[in-house]
Amino acid sequence: MIQNNPIGRLIAHIVLIVGIMIVAFPIYYAFIASTQSLQDIMRPPLSLLPGGHFWENYTTALFGGIGRIGGVSVGRLLINSTIMALAIAVGKIIISILSAYAIVFFRFPGRMVFFWLIFITLMLPVEVRILPTYKVMVDLGLIDTYTGLTVPLMASATATLLFRQFFMTIPGELVEAARVDGAGPWRFFKDILLPLSKTNIAALFVILFIYGWTQYLWPLLMTNRNDMTTIVIGLRKMISFADADTEWHLVMVTCILAILPPVLVVVLMQRWFVRGLVETEK
Amino acid sequence: MASSTHVTFPNKFLPYLLLAPQLAITIVFFYWPASQAIRQSVLREDPFGLSTQFVGLGNFKRILSDPNYLNSLQVTVVFSIATAVIAMGFALLFAVMADKVVRGKGIYRTLMIWPYAVAPAIAGMLWLFLFNPSMGTFAYMIRSAGYNWDPLLNSNQAMLLVVAAAAWKQISYNFLFFVAGLQSIPKSLIEAAAIDGAGETKRFWTIIFPLLAPTTFFLLVVNTVYAFFDTFGIIHAVTGGGPGKATETLVYKVYNDGFVNLILGDSAAQSVILMVIVIGLTAIQFRYVERKVHYG
Repeated sequence: MIQNNPIGRLIAHIVLIVGIMIVAFPIYYAFIASTQSLQDIMRPPLSLLPGGHFWENYTTALFGGIGRIGGVSVGRLLINSTIMALAIAVGKIIISILSAYAIVFFRFPGRMVFFWLIFITLMLPVEVRILPTYKVMVDLGLIDTYTGLTVPLMASATATLLFRQFFMTIPGELVEAARVDGAGPWRFFKDILLPLSKTNIAALFVILFIYGWTQYLWPLLMTNRNDMTTIVIGLRKMISFADADTEWHLVMVTCILAILPPVLVVVLMQRWFVRGLVETEK
Repeated sequence: MASSTHVTFPNKFLPYLLLAPQLAITIVFFYWPASQAIRQSVLREDPFGLSTQFVGLGNFKRILSDPNYLNSLQVTVVFSIATAVIAMGFALLFAVMADKVVRGKGIYRTLMIWPYAVAPAIAGMLWLFLFNPSMGTFAYMIRSAGYNWDPLLNSNQAMLLVVAAAAWKQISYNFLFFVAGLQSIPKSLIEAAAIDGAGETKRFWTIIFPLLAPTTFFLLVVNTVYAFFDTFGIIHAVTGGGPGKATETLVYKVYNDGFVNLILGDSAAQSVILMVIVIGLTAIQFRYVERKVHYG
């Protein structure tokens, strides 16, 4: 038995604890800073324990409005980010489950052409075609709209490919049985395919929610108005190293509030998330 | 590939309707702009935007001989290699340790994965908060120890800071894949080696590490793509490409030339070069995926 090595296991525990300290420390420290007064933050080194300004800082940031971003409250930014992440996750899942359904369960002229048209989009992230995409958005009048923030990011092949892969493992007998029983394509989709896809949908939801929440370049360009932007971009706008008037205590509150929702989604839906991540291979 | 015997529904119209939403979005927001990028990359606009002329590969030629572009290429390569090596090294170490422990596996995993949910830009800001010269606690400690620390002025220190933030954020992703990779290695192989008298270190380098090669290779590609593209937020939020151009990556330069300096032709040509790079990386990734490889 090679596993029975108490010293080796002890070392493993120590390494893991140190690792978690490295991984968690920046976040923990931001939390500490978010409970301190501005004066304390400006006087390093900062204490390792929370300060006494938790309620004061969090309520100010959430409801009060922050000067550097035109008096918009962090609450508003949180709503924007939530709308963006949810719309991208749900929208992507719907359009890709429909297209995967068409590609796997129907035979029609141009099927493979359409498949490739979608597949190629896998290779080109927004970042590489950003300027012309921005122009299209301006021409369509989509700057500072939720449509502009979300719809263009729904077109990506990852989810379609995942559903396609999964659908191809569904035995033909099942389809045949459904047809013999007189179920049409819609009944089959609603009563058989959707229930079977539940785990895949849950896994994708986590990954896509994180994807939408952590977007940076897209909301940076798509929004000019501070009240339409996401919390990540709002946070960036609050910080300035040139000026002394950055409200660091509120910045740190915003940091924590920007981290919390996606972390909760990942931790609470961990089982599906890990499965989905390893299966989609990206 | 789909077998032709797969049972399907006979319907002429429905499949097009089902595909319509995705195709519409893909064409309007993907193919149209991508074709514009290619078109603009062979055009040159005068500074006032009054006229454009066809210059063929002129934009590409100028970019590829532009010292700023070559600098940014070099910055990207250094940044990507450093980020990938650090993020994967730590992740592998933690995964091997997590594979050894019996108790607490689940808790370690839970605590290890949350940086995955942190936006790259926020990761950058967290690290900047710790290390910025005016009020960062760690910056204060480094300075007290007698070092001259100022990542806002010193190029190497700036690079160090963005690499640290980028690698930190990626550890959890790599960790999950290494854990899955380790689980798929048959325990009997390792036990056989142990019986033959191979020590722990030897077992790792002669059995575990080679068997992890597919995972490692896959992660190398993913981490490179991550370092190329997803780290835009870190660079933009932490250094703005500076000091000088010390942390100006290729994607940051596309953004900067297109939106800040408004040189459309150059920016478009850079976009096209980036597209070629991504297509290359994706092709490598797919060749590897096709050679099977199953994660637990």
